[in-house]
Amino acid sequence: MSDLSTREKIHPGTAPGEDIALEIVGDGDFATTDMTLSIGPAHPATHGVFRIVLELNGERITAARPVIGYMHRGFEKLAEYRDFRQIKALVNRHDWLSGFSNELGVALVVEKMLEMEVPDRAQWIRMLIAEWNRVLNHLMFVGSFALELGAITPMFYAFRERDEIQYLLEAATGGRLHFTYNQVGGLKLDLPKGFLAESVRLSKLTQERLPDYFDLVLGNEIFQARTVGVGPLPPEVALSFGVTGPTLQAAGVPEDSRVTEPYLKYDEVDVPVHLGENGDSFDRFACLLYRIQYSLHIIDQIHDHLPAGPVNTKLPKMVKAPEGAAYQRIENPLGQLGYWLESDGGRTPWRLKMRTPSFSNVQSIPYLLEGMLVPDAISVLGSVFFVVGDIDR
Amino acid sequence: MGVMDQVELPKPVRYVFNWGRKFSLWCFNFGLACCAIEFIAASTSRHDFIRLGVIPFAHGPRQADLLVVSGTLTDKMAPAVKRLYEEMPEPKYVISFGSCANCGGPYWDSYSVTKGVDQVIPVDVYVPGCPPRPEALLDGIITLQHMIQHESLPDRIAGRRQDAVTLGADAPLTLEGR
Repeated sequence: MSDLSTREKIHPGTAPGEDIALEIVGDGDFATTDMTLSIGPAHPATHGVFRIVLELNGERITAARPVIGYMHRGFEKLAEYRDFRQIKALVNRHDWLSGFSNELGVALVVEKMLEMEVPDRAQWIRMLIAEWNRVLNHLMFVGSFALELGAITPMFYAFRERDEIQYLLEAATGGRLHFTYNQVGGLKLDLPKGFLAESVRLSKLTQERLPDYFDLVLGNEIFQARTVGVGPLPPEVALSFGVTGPTLQAAGVPEDSRVTEPYLKYDEVDVPVHLGENGDSFDRFACLLYRIQYSLHIIDQIHDHLPAGPVNTKLPKMVKAPEGAAYQRIENPLGQLGYWLESDGGRTPWRLKMRTPSFSNVQSIPYLLEGMLVPDAISVLGSVFFVVGDIDR
Repeated sequence: MGVMDQVELPKPVRYVFNWGRKFSLWCFNFGLACCAIEFIAASTSRHDFIRLGVIPFAHGPRQADLLVVSGTLTDKMAPAVKRLYEEMPEPKYVISFGSCANCGGPYWDSYSVTKGVDQVIPVDVYVPGCPPRPEALLDGIITLQHMIQHESLPDRIAGRRQDAVTLGADAPLTLEGR
């Protein structure tokens, strides 16, 4: 039961300097009962099988409760039954839109435990593929977020680029989503002939087409009306929930482990980070688009740097990590990905703990949705970027 | 379906009838995991399965003829997929898209993954791959269309009613989990 005789603002937070004068005024004897609305696990507005239970008072959300676990596949346990070289084929599936970054994290943490030197060329190629993978991931979210807000065209635009990039990466790795291209100590194979020329061409092409997205989506009045001022996430709240990636950068926190804790050769290239101002849905989406642009900027630098040389090291017949533990964090497309690997000296890990970005990002959803209207909830769910497999592992 | 599922149509009528059905498959995508991305890729411009008459805009299972289960089915999710399937009107078809939906795939030894969607609902076409290419889905759809063209609806419905669905046969499946 609620009392609508008090005045309340429809948008709990508006963008600074902007006053939305929408107010609802009850006449005092209009009473509503609370309703529970379960969105999901299969619902088109939540990508994948994310389920969220909303407590509604009329159109307003009084409480939101994410129900996770519909995609729990037990990665951490399964990793204990896989060889150190086999884990990568498993972990590149938990965040299925950033397969390469996931396996890169595992390769790095195993190499850290083995104290292995990775050839320069392998490190540069890893960066190249990881950045292409980031572009692939972000393009998917660009398409799907717009789709959730009712615009179907950006999806087709995004897949036009995605298909070309997937064909490029398939030439090198043989995979479209799950590349399994990393190997402990380097890469499976060197880049095929003609890959670089194609990569240069595609980078140029995508950069030429990127303004389309800025104009078509960011410049769209309907899109702005649905996103500006919706679901602002203050930086201190974002940090307290452990939110990372574009969602955190949109709140104005310059955290990107490619800059703050460089791995591979990220300290040798220029990695720009776009920061948002208000942390609302619009900023989160803008951050995503800028991250595509900056990833392409990094790819261009890698093209100029790529050294010659071997791409992998000879591995012993049996890879056994020494007793101990190691932690490696990398900047996954959606945020901080951390792997904690513990070994008892055997052939398989004793424990693999994952710190996945989506899991932390989703924690902020109850905070964001409280007091919001139902249509705005879709805008928030789409812009707090998560992949369900990455939440549930 | 009315009398359609009880009376065997004359051969020429059945041919035309099946021809019409196979090219208007309203499809409900039950996108669970990675394979859902390849399903979307198959529906966009390059692969474009709408040219095969598969329309991926069914608003819900009640408007759909074809259920594509793409991705890993977990034990927690299994009741939902069974319920969605039961909401679909006959005649209904199921494509199991990807290794996880076929048999558990890379999670064959996981404690929380259902080893194949066919443990819960009957499957018509299995598309292998992890994830399968969009071309593989097109091939699966064409296989299904071939099947529809040559089937007899009364036989299919009669066979369906004898189908024993193993999971949840003794205890009711609820969304709250088992």
